[in-house]
This record gives sequence, structure tokens and C-alpha cells, in this order.
Amino acid sequence: MNFFYLRRKFYNILALTVSLLSAGFGIFFLFWILKDVISFGLPALNGSFFTELPAPPGAEGGGVAHAILGTFFVTVVATAIGVPSGILAGTYLSEYGRKSKTASTVRFLSDILVSAPSIVIGVFVYAVLVKPFGGFSAIAGAVALSIIMLPVIVRTAEEVLKLVPDATREAALALGAPHWKVTVQVVYRGARRGITTGVLLAVARVSGETAPLLFTSFNNSFWNFKMTEPTATLTVTIFNYALGPYEDWHTKAWGAAFLITASVLVLTVLARLLVTRRSAG
Amino acid sequence: MAFFERHKADKIGDAVFRGVSYFFAVLVVVLMLFIFAVLFKESLPSIRKFGLKFLTSAAWDPVQLEFGALPAIYGTIVSSIIAIVIAVPISLGIAIFLTEMAPKGLRGPIGTAIELLASIPSIIYGMWGLFVFAPFLSDHIEPWIIDHLGFIPIFNGAPLGIGMLPAGFILSIMIIPFISSVSREIFQMVPPIMKESGYGVGATKWEVIRKVVIPYTRSGLMGAVILGLGRALGETMAVTFVIGNSHEISKALLDPATSISATLANEFTEAVDPVYLSSLVELGLILFVITFIVLVFSKLLIGGFSYKGGRP
Repeated sequence: MNFFYLRRKFYNILALTVSLLSAGFGIFFLFWILKDVISFGLPALNGSFFTELPAPPGAEGGGVAHAILGTFFVTVVATAIGVPSGILAGTYLSEYGRKSKTASTVRFLSDILVSAPSIVIGVFVYAVLVKPFGGFSAIAGAVALSIIMLPVIVRTAEEVLKLVPDATREAALALGAPHWKVTVQVVYRGARRGITTGVLLAVARVSGETAPLLFTSFNNSFWNFKMTEPTATLTVTIFNYALGPYEDWHTKAWGAAFLITASVLVLTVLARLLVTRRSAG
Repeated sequence: MAFFERHKADKIGDAVFRGVSYFFAVLVVVLMLFIFAVLFKESLPSIRKFGLKFLTSAAWDPVQLEFGALPAIYGTIVSSIIAIVIAVPISLGIAIFLTEMAPKGLRGPIGTAIELLASIPSIIYGMWGLFVFAPFLSDHIEPWIIDHLGFIPIFNGAPLGIGMLPAGFILSIMIIPFISSVSREIFQMVPPIMKESGYGVGATKWEVIRKVVIPYTRSGLMGAVILGLGRALGETMAVTFVIGNSHEISKALLDPATSISATLANEFTEAVDPVYLSSLVELGLILFVITFIVLVFSKLLIGGFSYKGGRP
């Protein structure tokens, strides 16, 4: 009796220790990666990193200013395409479709598209927007990112719109407001913070994407202000520099890695803060 | 009179808004079909030239224009299996720790830390893997593996630090947050009364987890694992940097290999010949089909679970 009791206790402690260790394992790698990104990336940042174009291959100095601008440009355009379409599709799911067959199909496919390989999206956009138009372009990169964004926004928009109680909708409808006005002025307003969170998370997700940009927005060593021209982005720059032969390129790649990681983490933490403030309030 | 005019305007507004939102919802479905159709159309030259042999041939010769997908498919599947084997026990451990064990004050910060791991862009994992982890492996870990486990063929090879095993390991770190956060949510759906009845008859925490929580959530957990598999199969950047890009199939896991996504990332912009390009697109199509099937499975398992709404 006593022996069995001890054995059960032993297994209990053993299992709990193992689960504690696995949590430790995850956190260990988080800190290891962050430590390296900071300690290799931070020294790479200086004035010219943010303001200058790259030096000729092999030469020291120069910066990645064009890629910072490119990432910003491509992400903004992707957001401008992806967010409104995603919110409208989410609106259909939560306000009109609800339990209809169309709505469940859209939900199902969005959930699959969320995890679909992003490089395949790149290949798709290459076939649709790059090959027929004779060249890589910033707009193709933005479209690829917006496709990756779309299902994320659709699902979060639906989730947060559903949080607005039906009684609120009915109250507005009873006052004679048309359904679309109820949606725009009551439901959207109620879900404003949730939608912002979803958008921030989606932007965080796509701003770190590399694979879909490789064959869409491609790369460029110079400033580019045209949507129809290839453009450099931070992530593609990391890819090319990290696999390149020069020590200075590796340093630049770490600097760019730091910049991207920092912005993604800031966006994610910001989004999380918005959520916790809501649940507290 | 004015009332009726407003009423009419409202009706038009309703129809327009409903129509527009319907359009964007259906766009998701159309987009999915369109992706399939476009990939298929672009793969046609390669499908015509190689037929089904494409799936079984290990040739990869851009000069002679002979292509086969086998090494890439093999690498994609094996690296993902390695990732799953490492990630599943650790992710379940994390989920158990966060739902059943951790003191309330620790749950938030540790949960957040794990989820931050999920938000780090995959290229950072790849780059870190190449510059930090690969040298570490080739200096400290791989020589030991070769010395002590080298008699098993899969653990033989050169201690390069890049290859199938390192790629699988980096992948596993990437998918741990996905699997653990989904399993955590699933664990939380177990009705408290079921766990309490376990504790009520004197079960220890581990016994409640093993005999109540896990059996109750089995299909959902399977779904979480398969979701992680879907992510691992399609992941590009973390793999491309560390897998070594070799179109040879090697028994040894320490040797360089390739995967579908790594092949695409490395060769797509260099492919000038239409057959070469088309073969690469066909690789993409194969990847899309594989992940599609895997994700549908995962969705059905997770969906089938949550449909019960947590009722026993």
C-alpha cells in the first residue's frame, strides 16, 4: 500500500518535472535566439545603416535604407489591400452568413489558407503578376503579402465582431437603423479594439515574411519609388546577405534581423496589451 | 415622403453592403481554387514531359533538363517528421505545465514568452541556425553523435552542422509554440468537473492528466500535432538556411539534403528554361496539395473536438 503510494507520487513528480523542463526548453531557445539577435544586430546599427544605400559588394560601409523603405512600402500596400477585404469578408461571416453553407466553407478554407506554405503563394503571384507583366514588381510583393494576410484578418475580424452581443444590434435595428448602418456604426465601433489587435498581429506576421517576396518584389540595390519596379525589402536583404560571402554583409544581415525582430515583437506585444486592457476593462 | 426616400436609400445601402461583404467572403474560396488552377496550368509543361515519373525520379539536372521531385519530397517529409518527433513531447509538456501546474502568476509570462517564440519571423530562425546553431552543432554535438551512435546508419555522416537533422531541429523549435498553444486551448476545454472527480477519488495530478485530460482531448491533440506538421511541411526560410541544398538522398540524417521549399527558394529566380521553371512550379503544387490534405485532416480533428463545446 505504502509502496504503491510512493510509486504514484514518484511518477507524479517525475511527470511534472518533465513538463517544467519542456517549458524551460522553449524559453531557453527564445532567450538564446533573442540574445544573439541583439548582440550581433545592435552593433551593426549606425547612422549610415539607416540612411545610405549599400556599398559595392565586398566594400565596407553603406546601409540598407532602401530596404527599410521597401519593407515599409510593401507592407503598407499589402495592409491597404488585405485589411479592408478581410474585414468585409469577416463581416459577412459574422453578420450575414453566420451558419450558412457559404460561411462554413469560407471559414474552413480561411483556416487552411492561414497555414498554407507562403512560398507557394509567392509562386502563385509570380505566375499571375510577374510573368505576364514581364518583371518583378513591388506591387506583386504587396499582393502576395495581402493574400497571406487575408485569412488571418477574416478569422480575427469574425471572432471579434461576434463578441458584440446581438442585443446591441437589435437595439439599433429597433431604432430604425438599416442593417449596414448598424454594422458600420455600432458593431464595428464595439469591436474597434479587437479589430486593431487583429490588424497589428497580421501586420506583424507579414512584415517578417521572406519566402513570398523572393520571386515577387525580388530585390533592388537602389532607391525605388515605383510600384511597378522590383524593390528591396529587409527580409530578402537578410536572405541574400546572410548567404553571401562577405563578412560585412553578414553584419548587415544581423542588423536587419534585429530591426525586423524588434518591430515584430513590438507589434505583437502592443496587440497583446490591447487585448489585456480590454479584458480588464 | 422623405421617409420613403430614406427607406429606399437604406434598402439600397443594405443590398450594396451585403453584396460587397459577400463578394469578399467568396473571394477566399475563389482565391483557393485559383491558386490550384494557376499552379496546375503552369506545371503542365513539366507534367507533360515527365508524367508520374516526376514523383519517383531522383534526377535533378538543370543542364540536361531532367527533373524529379523525389529528393525534395523526401527531404520535406523527413525533416518534418524529425521536427514532429522532437516538438510533440515538448509542446505537450509546455501545455501541461501551463494549464495544470504553473502557479497563476507564472502562467501569463511563460505563456506570453512561448507565444513570442511563434512571432519571431522564420528567416531569423534560419539565419540563427546557420550562423550560431550550425557551428555549435558541428563543434560540440555532432562529433559526439557520430562517435557514440555512428554505428546506426542514420546517425552517420560528416559533422557539418547543416543537414537534415539540424533542419528538423530548427523546425521543431519553430512549431513548438503552435502545437503548445493549440493543445493548451484544448486542455482548457476539459470540464472542471471531470478533473475534479479524478482528484476526488484520490488521483495525483499526473494521473488526472494521463487518465482524464489526455483521453478526453485525444482527437483535438491529434489535430494540434497535425497542424504543427502542416506548418513544418510548408516552412521555407528556417529550412533553406540549414538543410544544405543537396539533391542526393542520403540515409544519414547528418548529411545535407533538400526540401521542396528550399529548392524553390534557391532555384526559382535562376530557372530560365520553361521546363525548369515548370518543374519548380510542379514542386510547389505538390507541396500545396500535401499541406492541403494534412491541414484538412487537422481541421477536421480539431473541429470535431470543439464542436462538442466542452460537454462530456
